[in-house]
Amino acid sequence: MSTKVKKMLFILSKATLENVYAAFVMANGARMEGIESEIFFTFFGLEAIQKKKLEHLHVATVGNPAMHMPTMLGGLPGVEALATKMMKKEMEKLDMPPVGEFLEILSDSGCKLWACKLAVDMFHLKREDLIEELDGILTIGDFYNRADQEDTHLLFI
Amino acid sequence: MKKIIANTEIEVNEEGYLTDFNQWNKAIGESLAQEHGIDMTDRHWEVIDYIHDKYQNEEPLSIRGIKKSGVLDIKEFYSLFPGGPLKKATLIAGIPKPKSCI
Repeated sequence: MSTKVKKMLFILSKATLENVYAAFVMANGARMEGIESEIFFTFFGLEAIQKKKLEHLHVATVGNPAMHMPTMLGGLPGVEALATKMMKKEMEKLDMPPVGEFLEILSDSGCKLWACKLAVDMFHLKREDLIEELDGILTIGDFYNRADQEDTHLLFI
Repeated sequence: MKKIIANTEIEVNEEGYLTDFNQWNKAIGESLAQEHGIDMTDRHWEVIDYIHDKYQNEEPLSIRGIKKSGVLDIKEFYSLFPGGPLKKATLIAGIPKPKSCI
């Protein structure tokens, strides 16, 4: 019941639904295995912790060959929203929580949530634009310091 | 494989989970908990009761389910069973390890 991996640090730089869920499932899964986990939200990843945006993330229908959809079709108005709706329905069947609830679960599970200072400044965001569960706004240096221990892994998404 | 615990012989798998729930009793649960560094309190047993209910009703266990359980919240779950609460609580409860990823 013990693993050699002690800590998993995720850097989430994208706001497409599939990437956000990949980070969340892995970070939560780490906690379930008794592994420490933290997520650093940077660039577009910040959309996942903005109160007004987090429930409106989409899957990418353009530039995503695994959607098995002609690129021109994927670009038509409403297609991305429809694909997102369908995917969310499938997720709900598997009891996958919506983004906001997932963030609460992560926070309650002891997963630390950080926003990237540079990206927050770049997008002119304020602390109050971001979720209550956020543990703070860090520089990349601060984040590296959190990785400075044995058996820690960093993953960029 | 066989294992002697609380003066009883039980059958467990390679991860230490009971393979036959009928062999489980509270004393075995208590000893399994101790092996994982957990001293069972009344609160722990309330959680084990909840887990047994879910198991008997064949409802899957998940962290999200704990949040909705009304028995305890996720923070308390992690503090009662530190280091992988769902894995540890099910092992102590004598039921199979949940296959849930969430």
